[in-house]
Amino acid sequence: MEGLFFNVNNGFLEGIVRGYKAGILTQSHYASLTQCETLEDLKTQLSATDYGNFLANEASLTTTIISDRATQLLVDQFNFLRSNAVEPLSKFLDYITYSYMIDNVVLLITGTLHERDTHELLERCHPLGVFESMPALCVATNVEELYQSVLVETPLAPYFRNCLSAADLDDLNIEIIRSTIYKAYLEDFYEFVGTLGSPTSDVMRTILAFEADRRTINITINSFGTELTKEQRAKLFPAIGRLFPDGNNALAKADDIEQVRLVCENIPEYRSFFDNSPGDAQDLGDLGIAAQLEDRFFRTEVRLNKEAFLQQFQYGVFYSYVKLKEQEIRNLTWIAECIAQDARDRINDYIPIF
Amino acid sequence: MSGSGPRENVFATRMALTNMKLRLKGAETGHSLLAKKRDALMTRFRAILRKVDEAKRKMGRVMQLASFSMAEVTYTTGDISYLVQEQAKLATFRVKATQENVSGVLLPAFEVDRTPGSDFNLTGLGRGGQQVQRAKEVYAKALETLVELASLQTAFTILDEVIRATNRRVNAIEHVIIPRLDNTIKYIVSELDEMDREEFFRLKKVQGKKKRDAAIAAEKRASLEKAAKKAAAKAVKITQSEPATDLLSTKDEDVIF
Repeated sequence: MEGLFFNVNNGFLEGIVRGYKAGILTQSHYASLTQCETLEDLKTQLSATDYGNFLANEASLTTTIISDRATQLLVDQFNFLRSNAVEPLSKFLDYITYSYMIDNVVLLITGTLHERDTHELLERCHPLGVFESMPALCVATNVEELYQSVLVETPLAPYFRNCLSAADLDDLNIEIIRSTIYKAYLEDFYEFVGTLGSPTSDVMRTILAFEADRRTINITINSFGTELTKEQRAKLFPAIGRLFPDGNNALAKADDIEQVRLVCENIPEYRSFFDNSPGDAQDLGDLGIAAQLEDRFFRTEVRLNKEAFLQQFQYGVFYSYVKLKEQEIRNLTWIAECIAQDARDRINDYIPIF
Repeated sequence: MSGSGPRENVFATRMALTNMKLRLKGAETGHSLLAKKRDALMTRFRAILRKVDEAKRKMGRVMQLASFSMAEVTYTTGDISYLVQEQAKLATFRVKATQENVSGVLLPAFEVDRTPGSDFNLTGLGRGGQQVQRAKEVYAKALETLVELASLQTAFTILDEVIRATNRRVNAIEHVIIPRLDNTIKYIVSELDEMDREEFFRLKKVQGKKKRDAAIAAEKRASLEKAAKKAAAKAVKITQSEPATDLLSTKDEDVIF
């Protein structure tokens, strides 16, 4: 039944997104991009793609400018979608922005905690996570005020209310705050897509479950050798995902990367994350494995998001499009960075999307 | 020879000669010491030069690696600069300056003092923390290379200056002071010789004069004596005629001739 009425409200936007998706750079684009000698070449190559002449007005090219402009394109597209959307798609799109919003709010909290002028931080905020009342947060001069205004002004209020008190903002490490809020957000999003019913929930739950597991594994690995206690660590794990609950419990107690590997063995899809082709892993050590892991996470994310496009009549495509586009911007930045720093041997380490 | 070249402004005396000889000896000792010092410094200088070269090449590589690891961080986590800036409270990377003595030259040597800090090791907890840590490590290494290079460079410039100064001194002693002292000594010696000869000649002259005077005196006395004898003979004749009033015949005690 879902498919019957989907197009009444969302057909137009789905069409738009699928059109956008067709503009995502393909392998052959990347092949020509990696051949570029200078950033100017890169700009010329990009002008032949959907990016058009987005760098036309830039006097000097840097990787930061390229990634900023590319992000701006994505934001414009997203805002177009958002302003044309109706419930419940609009709510779904809002949820996508929440993750960026969390980053922005955390950034502002950091600024306030250290008593900096938070206005200049507004420029550093991710444009997708900008909300109307964000400048209002800058008015807050102490943490208590900030906490109150976050509760009043932002859609993130429930996450803050349920997880943290104003005093926590002062005491806890900012990364712990971020992770706590993000965990609440993931769980909430997961619940929300459940209310949207099949096919959306099917597609989105796979993606979100992976996102949750990825965070869990990352937090575990990154907390080795830090002052983060195991109890604290366990609290940061999202209570969703395929590793939940057994894997999460085991990860909460893990002490080294080997134990993480054992936990991931239980999930067939995750086994490959820790597969090391012999030879290159030995000399890299633990850091190397983790770095490879990050790469594989990105690949899996891209794969899952690509699969979302195989299903019609569901909202997953919107989420996936944003994520794929983000990855594409990362790829562009990477290639630009490699060109700028003349590190040709690593230029092919981007993650191809199509 | 004694007149050519510059010399000290001294009186040619034996004491000045002794002084000059002492000074010459001192200058020669100083020269050989300074030459030794210069050689030691040069050896050190060459070693440092080689190290500077190595360190510079290494720094190029390391800095490239470091900025690339930063690119990796940006790839996985995005911009973390603000978070890191705000969370860094204590300097974990300090530079200690010590001094090293190379043949009397104090060379500053910088040493890295790393305290394993954990100021922002939760950055990128959810994503990319490993990259952040790695970037931190790589940058720390790059800094180490920089510090090493800095201490080498400083040593290099200081040594360079000192070697120049030492070279100047060695050359000054070798080409100015020693020849001048040599000249002075030669001058004094020749002057003394001259004086010796003059003295000798003067003595000779005096002797010659004395001899001549003596000869003249002897001659005069002889002629006087002869005249006296003649006079006496005449007087005898006169006395025989008017003996009481003859003054000449009266012998005065005071008259020699």
